[in-house]
Amino acid sequence: MSEHAVAPYRNDFLREVEKNVEEGHWVKMCMQCGVCAGSCPLGNAWAHPPQEIFMMIRAGKREEVLTSDSMWMCTSCYNCIVRCPRQLPITHIMHGLANYAHRLGLAPKGQPTQATATLFWNNLIKKGRVNELTFSLALYFKDGFVQGIKNALGMQSIGLGLMKAKRLNPMEILGGHGVKDQSGLQAMIAKAREIEDRKKGFSK
Amino acid sequence: MSASIATSQTILVVGGGISGMTAALEAAECGKQVILAEKLPTLGGRTAQLYRYFPKMCHPTCGLEINLRRLKGNRNVRVLTMAEVSAISGTRGDYTATLKIAPRYVNEKCTGCGDCSKAVSAEIPNPYNYGLDKMKAAYLPHGMAYPQRYVLDPAIVGTPDGEAAKAACKVGAIDLGMREETIELKVGAVVWATGWKPYDAAKIQPYGYDRFANVITSVEFERMCDPHGPTGGKILRPSDGKEAKNVAFIQCAGSRDENHLRHCSRICCMASLKQTQYVREAWGDDAKSTIYYIDIRAIDRFEDFYRMVQRDATVSFIKSKVAKIVQDEKTGDVVLHGVNTEGYQRYATPHDLAVLAVGMEPSIKGVKLPDDIVLDSSGFIETAGDGMFSAGCATNALDVNRAVQNATAASLRAIQVINKTANVEAA
Repeated sequence: MSEHAVAPYRNDFLREVEKNVEEGHWVKMCMQCGVCAGSCPLGNAWAHPPQEIFMMIRAGKREEVLTSDSMWMCTSCYNCIVRCPRQLPITHIMHGLANYAHRLGLAPKGQPTQATATLFWNNLIKKGRVNELTFSLALYFKDGFVQGIKNALGMQSIGLGLMKAKRLNPMEILGGHGVKDQSGLQAMIAKAREIEDRKKGFSK
Repeated sequence: MSASIATSQTILVVGGGISGMTAALEAAECGKQVILAEKLPTLGGRTAQLYRYFPKMCHPTCGLEINLRRLKGNRNVRVLTMAEVSAISGTRGDYTATLKIAPRYVNEKCTGCGDCSKAVSAEIPNPYNYGLDKMKAAYLPHGMAYPQRYVLDPAIVGTPDGEAAKAACKVGAIDLGMREETIELKVGAVVWATGWKPYDAAKIQPYGYDRFANVITSVEFERMCDPHGPTGGKILRPSDGKEAKNVAFIQCAGSRDENHLRHCSRICCMASLKQTQYVREAWGDDAKSTIYYIDIRAIDRFEDFYRMVQRDATVSFIKSKVAKIVQDEKTGDVVLHGVNTEGYQRYATPHDLAVLAVGMEPSIKGVKLPDDIVLDSSGFIETAGDGMFSAGCATNALDVNRAVQNATAASLRAIQVINKTANVEAA
């Protein structure tokens, strides 16, 4: 699927990003001042700060950009958007790139943000409501059974507290609550998927 | 003052900076009648506040003196100071301008002796030095002021200080009864030479201009380096008076930024390059200047100056828009944070002093103007109507040289309007 979709753009990664990545058309507007990188509170945790990612896109470094974990490090604090002298929606571009890399299957495996987001989404679309209990358990056990038990024990008091406050229902383990119109929900998601596939070049 | 000084053959020039003076003098020397209206008590504008010009490192006082001599020698120019245009109506060849003239409290008998200043005790922030020091409330704006006539700040009128100033004046030049006057002038053409003001650096929140004493603007640094300035020409940090040898220059402080000024102010790169040479002259090889920049915009022949500064071992260049400044509480140093985009290294570099190369904002921003005047998205005058023209930095961010060229062109267009009007009247 992906090979087919991006083949015409292989030699021009910037154009591919502009066409397929949400807010990707802004990338060419970056003037490389570096204020986003300097303003990022997690900047020292990134392999490539935003303006370097933008330059790499322009330089056609497709593999390096899409397999990078940098855009997954964004916490959406919006400091870069606020300070960008050209008002690039940097946070949104980072999320657009992350999503695109994920759709192509190039996102780094086991990257915590990516793993969590995937679990969250899969949990959500089942019934249209997040099942807090199964979502938490899935997160605890994502790194194996032993680590899962350790995580669960570590979070025990918080879990009990949430149950007492009626914020967590143990009966949710049986499937949990959802939206009324289940088939409508699935149809809606399928349609949204179809539109996204078309916009991002994944349509067959 | 009677309105008969002006006719439809007269050109009104609004603003008495270098552009306004040029426009007025060029027209006057072509034999046209000109009224030059300046809001402040003296002509000269921002140019008079510069220490030296780039790229020749010569002194603006020289050019100002030439222009003042031209002005004194020409009977066609009538100078009105402390005069602000409040309204203009009419059309090409037949405008009526309303001017408000603020009271100076000193009349034309003033000899500039300064006795009133000695007699007064109240002090006010000195706008000539951007408020870096104080001056007496009876003052001469600066050494090159034209007219060479003292001014009384309205704050001391009606106080014992005002009376003391009056008593000290031997020639009876102080008139505490002066009131604001409103006059109407008939003019044929108008040249708007309203100039610029430095962008309010406090709005650039991450740089902490309003929080850290050792973050100053480029215009303040210019005053600091001038022997007539607040520190007598010594480069000292405002917080503790320590000699500032390690100076950071931050480019595009406000300019090229959609959140502040969307235009490039054009002069700031050259101004900072020039100011590194002040640091070098002050401290020799001990000087250390660092320019933080997005890209250096040294156009045409200024490239040579840029090359010269690049060769200077005391000056280094870091390609980065500084993200934020914090102050080291112990040393008072300013610490600049950001990422060097040549290699993507993070830095946290302390300096004695940070100079923000603030951008040029049009002075008329936020001022109610005649409907004929169309401003661009930055607030500069794009078109001013049929018989009105903009000159100098009212038109765009310009250096002195280009402002003067631009003002000469505006003057020529105003002269054409007057000539055509005269032909119609003669016919």
